[in-house]
Amino acid sequence: MSTVDDAVTRGRNLTVEQLLLLAVGTGALLLVGDLILGVFDGTYNISRIGRYVVQGILYGLIIGLAGIGLSMTYSILNFANFAHGDTITVGAFIGWGGTYLIGGWGAASIGHLALVGPQRGIGGPQFGISVMSTPIAIFGGLLLAGVGTALLAVLIDRLAYKPMRGSDGIPLLITSIGVAFALRYLIVFVYSSQSRGTTASVPSADLLLVDGYVSIDAHDGTLIAAAVALMIGVHLLLQRTKLGKAMRAMSDNKDLALVTGIPTERVIRWTWMIGGGLAGSAGYLMVLWTGTIDWQFGWLLLLLIFAAVILGGIGSIYGAIFGGLIIGVAMHMSMIWLPGGDFTTITAFLMMILVLLIRPSGLFGGTTTA
Amino acid sequence: MSTTTHSDYRAQLETLWEHDALKIVAVIGAIYLIYAAIGLVLGYSLDGIINTLRRMTYLIAVYGMVTLALNLHWGYTGLFNIGIAGFMAIGLYTTMMLAKPVDPSGAAQYSGLGLPVPVAIVGGVVVAGLAGLVVALPALRLRADYFAITTIAFAEIVRLGVTSGALQEFTILGAELGTGGGRGLIRNYGDPMNAIFELEAFSSFVDLTNSLFGFGPTQARALAYSIVLVLVLAGFYWLIQRTSRSPFGRVLKAIREDEEAAQSLGKNTNSFKIKVFVLGCALMGLAGILWRFRRTGVTPTAFRPHVTFYIWIALIIGGAGSNTGSVLGSGLFVAVLFEGPQYLRRVIDQVVAVDDAPNTFAGAVGPLLSADPGPLVRYTFDEFLTLQFVIMGVALILLMQRRPKGLLGHREETAAAIPLGSRPSGVGTGGSDGSGGGAGSGGGSRGGGNSGGENGTDTGDDPGTGVDHDRTHDHPDSAGTNAPDHDRDTDPRTTTDATSEASETSEMSETTHTGGEQP
Amino acid sequence: MSDRSVNVRSAETGTNIDAGADTESVSRPTTEHGDDVELAVNGLGKRFGGITAVDGASFAVESGSMTGLIGPNGAGKSTTFNCITGIHQPDAGTVAFQGQDITGINPYECADYGLVRTFQIAREMANMTVLENLMLPAKHQRGEALWRSVMPFARREVAQQERELLERVWDVLEFFEIEHIAEEKAGTLSGGQRKLLEMSRALMTDPEMLLLDEPFAGVNPTLEKKLLEHIHELRADGYTFLIVEHDMDLIMDNCEHVIVMHQGSVLAEGVPGQITSNERVIEAYLGGDV
Repeated sequence: MSTVDDAVTRGRNLTVEQLLLLAVGTGALLLVGDLILGVFDGTYNISRIGRYVVQGILYGLIIGLAGIGLSMTYSILNFANFAHGDTITVGAFIGWGGTYLIGGWGAASIGHLALVGPQRGIGGPQFGISVMSTPIAIFGGLLLAGVGTALLAVLIDRLAYKPMRGSDGIPLLITSIGVAFALRYLIVFVYSSQSRGTTASVPSADLLLVDGYVSIDAHDGTLIAAAVALMIGVHLLLQRTKLGKAMRAMSDNKDLALVTGIPTERVIRWTWMIGGGLAGSAGYLMVLWTGTIDWQFGWLLLLLIFAAVILGGIGSIYGAIFGGLIIGVAMHMSMIWLPGGDFTTITAFLMMILVLLIRPSGLFGGTTTA
Repeated sequence: MSTTTHSDYRAQLETLWEHDALKIVAVIGAIYLIYAAIGLVLGYSLDGIINTLRRMTYLIAVYGMVTLALNLHWGYTGLFNIGIAGFMAIGLYTTMMLAKPVDPSGAAQYSGLGLPVPVAIVGGVVVAGLAGLVVALPALRLRADYFAITTIAFAEIVRLGVTSGALQEFTILGAELGTGGGRGLIRNYGDPMNAIFELEAFSSFVDLTNSLFGFGPTQARALAYSIVLVLVLAGFYWLIQRTSRSPFGRVLKAIREDEEAAQSLGKNTNSFKIKVFVLGCALMGLAGILWRFRRTGVTPTAFRPHVTFYIWIALIIGGAGSNTGSVLGSGLFVAVLFEGPQYLRRVIDQVVAVDDAPNTFAGAVGPLLSADPGPLVRYTFDEFLTLQFVIMGVALILLMQRRPKGLLGHREETAAAIPLGSRPSGVGTGGSDGSGGGAGSGGGSRGGGNSGGENGTDTGDDPGTGVDHDRTHDHPDSAGTNAPDHDRDTDPRTTTDATSEASETSEMSETTHTGGEQP
Repeated sequence: MSDRSVNVRSAETGTNIDAGADTESVSRPTTEHGDDVELAVNGLGKRFGGITAVDGASFAVESGSMTGLIGPNGAGKSTTFNCITGIHQPDAGTVAFQGQDITGINPYECADYGLVRTFQIAREMANMTVLENLMLPAKHQRGEALWRSVMPFARREVAQQERELLERVWDVLEFFEIEHIAEEKAGTLSGGQRKLLEMSRALMTDPEMLLLDEPFAGVNPTLEKKLLEHIHELRADGYTFLIVEHDMDLIMDNCEHVIVMHQGSVLAEGVPGQITSNERVIEAYLGGDV
């Protein structure tokens, strides 16, 4: 046929994705250009940008760490787990209960300590809990958060999802919304809806960056060290063990995995345990970092975690980590243009929607091929 | 003989049960009776009881509207919308901003456009629909789970947007508007229902309720508003019945079942999806407006994802895909899961004197060691409202595990503008039996189908009865007996049909069928 | 026999569902177009990532013919089907139907041209009844416009059209002798019944040509015979068929023209006799078994 006809056909093929990509690309270029110019003419403070980047990376590490579990269940069990956020909250409460018990032993009743100080009264700041003064309490709590949440995740699977094994992703997704609500309000029932401080202040180091300071404190450092260690641990687990191989096989093709004799139920159990353990740890670290705990912070994190996982490509744990970092940094960087912090979450959600529209397989291409 | 009359009686009851409107009235009537009976037994005042029922009516009507709209999205088309709260918020906020007076009077008031309330409502509905369009245009190509994540992210963007201080007050095209930020908007204009309340006839309504239930004017107004909402719900039901029982609804169902196959049959599925998504979102917007526009104001917390969660539970209770089920589901949701626990708590509070509960869970669990469950019970009672959400979550889990097609059984309406199930005329039947040269049982049931069709057309706009409920009852109904059950005993064919159908359903192998059809 | 089969067409039942289609279906494409080629595929190409699924396939299907498309697994038959019907966008080449270029059209536009396909694994609308399934495909349904279905006055017309459509649906059900399953949910049907439903549904679009993707896969011999009878009847009535099939014998016995695909392109084309004696075909496809 004639080239004109060809061009018309091709023109029609210029899909919505490509148009969106063009718009997003242009927008991103404009922002980067503005940023560079702004830095040169002094509109934007370099140390302020530096602070945003550091905060963003810390936030991104938490999102990424929690995202690994979500990504794993998404690719292996093939559903979007809306209860993941509340699993994070539970993990934080379990872990901090442990920390209080160790760090505040004798200062209050056991019940008060195990419930992370549900009523007004003494709590972490009074016990002087911090990684400097009570490192054992912190690491004990982190361990308890990981192990406790791993077991909880298996229990939830047994009660909620196992009876529905084999049904497709949508009914499981709806079920997980039910699980999310039940969990969240069980947290309120047990731990109360009080928001409370958990840590005493810790020394921080101010680093000079051109025109100002970027400060990092001991808890920031703990967060970075713990998150990176856990990520490396998961990497080794998935790359070096038979379990990891089986998991990858299952996320590629569940039926085939079944035929080839992979013990799917066992793999599923380990998936929940690893994913839950990481979620609990992430929740614990989030509370250590922010110094406060409340009953719905995990739920509020959930969509950000989805954003990270989708951005990185579902099924890829490295994608989840990078996605988390990108989301975290982008959220904080958005404050350069949209001050006040009202729009950080909106920025992250918009980014996620755009990724879904332009490249649903994620930036790092997951295992999912739809 | 007695068994015959008994089954006859039962068949008649079943026929009645097939009438959708009747079913709704029966279930909701039963709910009201239970509530009223409890109230009477406990010696509540009449106006208190009526007021409880009034509140339930209001909630059932509003949730019913949204559930119907969601049924259009999910039940019919398979569009996994979990951003319902966002569209409701857009409807209400738009309406309030349009209706608020231009001159802000007093402190903390933001100006609006000062439009008349009906215009503002239309504006809110249109903007909610447009928001649906904005979401739908790019997102409809996405997989169901991605679509779900997109819609809930959209709803959260809306909620965070109206909460944010930046949009607290803004100027668009020279008009000053505002969302009021976290503190929300105050309704500093007249009651939107004043058009009715200021009627002459309304004062006699007030008198009537006063003499009947001892209502004051405020309660009478609230009652009138609930009645209006029920009428609007009936309108929703009518509209969505029309939409779904039509060739349009048929394409929607086909999209849900297999979009690619529907496309290969010549249906431009995207266009249908966009239309139905926009329609549903506009209706959600309208429901959002009616939900709260008589209140003194609105805050963003009203549109937390909880609302979406409620509506989904209601839809799943009633069974996705059924409009009647949507209304019934919202009735059961409101009565059992939403209002029920609170009512129960009030009842218990009145019947038994409950001691002070421990302050914390630890205080409640600790005494268990010394075998004293009292504190835990009291704590549970104190925290009943929290526990209610746990119950809702568990209910959703159990529903998805045990009854994913709804508590009332799988009952989906047929998507056609006429009753299907029989030839409109009997012309082709004889020809088929002759030239087809066989199909004894098939031809027999076809004849039955025809006589059933006459009954079917009598019922008018109420097609497809008898098809879907079969699986929940134990009697095997044949393909040909789409007619209502009341003609079972007058029509001798039913017995043969039943047996032939039983054999057919029990052995679905091709050999049975092809063998049976060969001469 | 023939008066039964013509009932399948809307033209003969006197419905006014589609006045335009009536005239078209009365005058066969052969008389409308100078040449009697119904479907012409030219240099079709399609790649998925690094894999070339279809590589310059060219063939033509004569009007009113029954043409078989065969080839070993992975020869690109299904991809070719998908490219013709718009499910995939071809990377190269053209597709022409009745002389009109339909390269890369949307899948839903295909049916408008009179070209309809069935799927390898029958894709019935499982939770809809057989009647609903068959009411769905008809073109130009007024009630597919939302407002007409809602507004009381317009709805009367919609209902009228629905009655006429239902009449036609019963004709098709009768033709395939599956009236007894009319009110079953499609998901409860047996495999063979699903195949029949799929064929009936395709006919309800009022097509000129049917592309059948392995219509006999998983069908027992009795039903296979019946299905073939139906296809022959329809062919006698003027429909054109392009059939993808695995079973060589079946194609050789029933098609007058056979296209053999291998590794994404057309290896041979001709009457069955030529194909079975073609050395390259024997080598590539039959693997010397014959």
